[in-house]
Amino acid sequence: MFESPSVDAVMAAERAASFTKRSIKNDAKRAGLELALSMLDLTTLEGKDSPEKVRALCRKAITPDANDPSLPSCAAVCVYPALVKTARNALAGSGVKVASVATGFPSGQYPLEIRLEDVRRAVGDGADEIDMVINRGAFLAGRYREVADEISLVKEACDDADLKVILETGELETLDNVRRASDLAIRAMNEAGGAHGHFIKTSTGKVQPAATMPVTLVMLEAIRDWYLETGQVVGMKPAGGIRTAKQSLHYLVMVKETLGGLVQTGIEGEYCPWLTPEFFRFGASTLANDVLRQIAWLKRGVYMASHDFSEA
Amino acid sequence: MARTSPKQSTSKRTTPTKQATKPAGTTPRGKAGSGTAAQNMPVSSAKSSRGDTWDYAPAPETVKVAIADRYDLFINGEFVPPRDGGADGYFDTINPATEATLSRVAQGSAEDVDRAVRAAREAFPMWSALKPIERAKYIFRLARRIQERARELAVLETLDSGKPIKESRDVDVPLVAGHFFYHAGWADKLAYAFPGRTPRAIGVCAQVIPWNFPLLMAAWKLAPALACGNTCVLKPAETTPLSALRLAEICREIELPPGVVNIVTGDGRTGAALVSHPDVDKVAFTGSTDVGKKIAKSVASTGAGTSKRLTLELGGKSANIIFEDASIDQAIEGIISGIYFNQGEVCCAGSRLLVQESILDRVVKKLRVRMASLRVGDPMDKNTDVGAVNSSQQLATVKKYLALGIEEGAELVLPGVRGEVEAQTPTRGFAKGYFCRPCFFTDVQPSHTIAREEIFGPVLSVMSFRTPEEAISRANNTPYGLAAGVWTDKGSKIFDVARKLKAGVVWMNTYNKFDPASPFGGFKESGFGREGGVQGLRAYVKLDS
Repeated sequence: MFESPSVDAVMAAERAASFTKRSIKNDAKRAGLELALSMLDLTTLEGKDSPEKVRALCRKAITPDANDPSLPSCAAVCVYPALVKTARNALAGSGVKVASVATGFPSGQYPLEIRLEDVRRAVGDGADEIDMVINRGAFLAGRYREVADEISLVKEACDDADLKVILETGELETLDNVRRASDLAIRAMNEAGGAHGHFIKTSTGKVQPAATMPVTLVMLEAIRDWYLETGQVVGMKPAGGIRTAKQSLHYLVMVKETLGGLVQTGIEGEYCPWLTPEFFRFGASTLANDVLRQIAWLKRGVYMASHDFSEA
Repeated sequence: MARTSPKQSTSKRTTPTKQATKPAGTTPRGKAGSGTAAQNMPVSSAKSSRGDTWDYAPAPETVKVAIADRYDLFINGEFVPPRDGGADGYFDTINPATEATLSRVAQGSAEDVDRAVRAAREAFPMWSALKPIERAKYIFRLARRIQERARELAVLETLDSGKPIKESRDVDVPLVAGHFFYHAGWADKLAYAFPGRTPRAIGVCAQVIPWNFPLLMAAWKLAPALACGNTCVLKPAETTPLSALRLAEICREIELPPGVVNIVTGDGRTGAALVSHPDVDKVAFTGSTDVGKKIAKSVASTGAGTSKRLTLELGGKSANIIFEDASIDQAIEGIISGIYFNQGEVCCAGSRLLVQESILDRVVKKLRVRMASLRVGDPMDKNTDVGAVNSSQQLATVKKYLALGIEEGAELVLPGVRGEVEAQTPTRGFAKGYFCRPCFFTDVQPSHTIAREEIFGPVLSVMSFRTPEEAISRANNTPYGLAAGVWTDKGSKIFDVARKLKAGVVWMNTYNKFDPASPFGGFKESGFGREGGVQGLRAYVKLDS
């Protein structure tokens, strides 16, 4: 197929750790936290999810803090296919996207036809974005073409919906595999046509470890190399395990220092596409309230109790 | 500076982007780092103030450190004025980032040096005869007190040397404490270091250290000497005496017996008087090869026969070799830490980059993107990666080599900074202080001066090679032999190449890693003798059989 660069795990971990040493203060902290809030895919993926819970999550996504309407909305709400219609109705007109996991999430251990039908149904029910899982069995067995073809088929089944390809890096284990899977997914989406709405995503959240800094770094490097080669912007979504405001800033620092120099020109001048919700997302739910707490602290100088914020 | 909130900025921006524009610089073919590729790179300065790029707010280190107006010499446990205490008796030490005078420091004369050597001589019988476990206690106490005062020492080091607070806080000071801890452990175990031999202290050690790692070099020198039962006279570099003087205060605090450690500040004359003192038993020097040669000469002629011992840790022009089968993104990190760590003012800096021809373009391109995220500026800002060059003199040296490189036909490449005229010259655009932006030269020939001489600044010379044999011969084609780096994912190759490199330290898939337990030292004009580890003890003992 293609050659993917190897990754030295020791140096990658060291580089990833260096981002946590940055000191983010004052205005930069507030801007960073608001940015993180706007990048959130508020997620609920439980067997016991109810329409009521999804509606509550949608309210939360539209207005994260009822006491502070100046804050941005979250980027999306991420639910199982059965709850897409509920989310669609609750988010109507808000600008917050409906994301749905599909393709036999989280294992992907279903016949291809059923996985594709899963996608088509979710899109038909109103999902703006599809979070698919790759066929890890085929990947680990070295059947890369099969994995890539499936991604391309899913991309086609998405029609106009954006696609996030979950690599489930916790099951890929090595950073070499993470890099190869990233390259493979990016190319497969590209082969299916269009250059828009392509994301790669770390994890389902059902496997440990979920998102880690080194894994996200390697994926960002794949995205950077693809951009330098083709000029196409592929999005990134770390998911699972990012719970604190501080962690979210660490990730933003990583984005800035890995991709921040790669800018495009918009109406307002130059900007980095990955420092916007269009191309960077956090898959999380508990993160929201910690971010809100920290923002409130920066604005009002007091720490709010957790019960001061609605549940996410 | 924070920008508009994400919500607002999103609405004002063009929708990005069904047809992302292909950046102009994605096809820089032809020779790497050529002018056009440099101009077209889709990279902006990390500090750009235009458009919507989230940037860090200033994060100054706020710990205030008391600095006296004047510092005396530390001799026999007391701070004493220099004998010639007049107007010429003190000199300024400045902050290279602001050019402000920090303090005035005593200029030690030959007479002062003599006083210090005599104090060390008088303390020697007691210190060398002390039960080893008691010596260990003093050294452990030094280590602990250094840890307790770590923040203060880091701030002082940064103020006096220009290195970023991030490095003095996370690298220098922890390593300083580490060296004392490590050698404290050896004090009562020396017999095990030299099986079958009886190690004995040598006597009075004259130790002259450089300005690039002021406190760390003091630790490298003092810790093994003290552990082995020697007494010391240390001469810090002229431009960076403050942290060593703070260490003198710590020696007093922990009640180290008077005379065991003496610190005599001053310029080159002080150092010359110290190394040529007839009652010195051992000379240890870290610094430039030129001065090292002079010291070797002086030691040979003042050594009362051949009894005066000498170790030298001198310059380098270390090769960092990147093979095509390396993990390139991580190798880039190694290149960065190899040459831009401590503004490139590192004797073992990976200042010659040897890249396999097939990946040269990719490496150069990635290096530029990565360099754009290095933050150059106020060393006291916690987010600064590259601080100030140590002195105006050193900056002049760096400038000389920058001009020479261009004159000899190499191509100067800067980080991906666009549209800033002052950035076309790495050293311009700073209102105050001695700054140089990280940069590198491509199209460097092995015969170029910038490929042969030590620049001691954030300037890298990039060369290519085709075969492993060529890489090895190029790497070894230097008067120096301090360090080298090898990057490849292939185990057999990495060991084979490392074995053939004539360098005291060879890092494999990493660079600039230091540990008190690991010996450090050079081949050829990089000096002789080892510091650190069990090997480093050898320089500070006499071995009876």
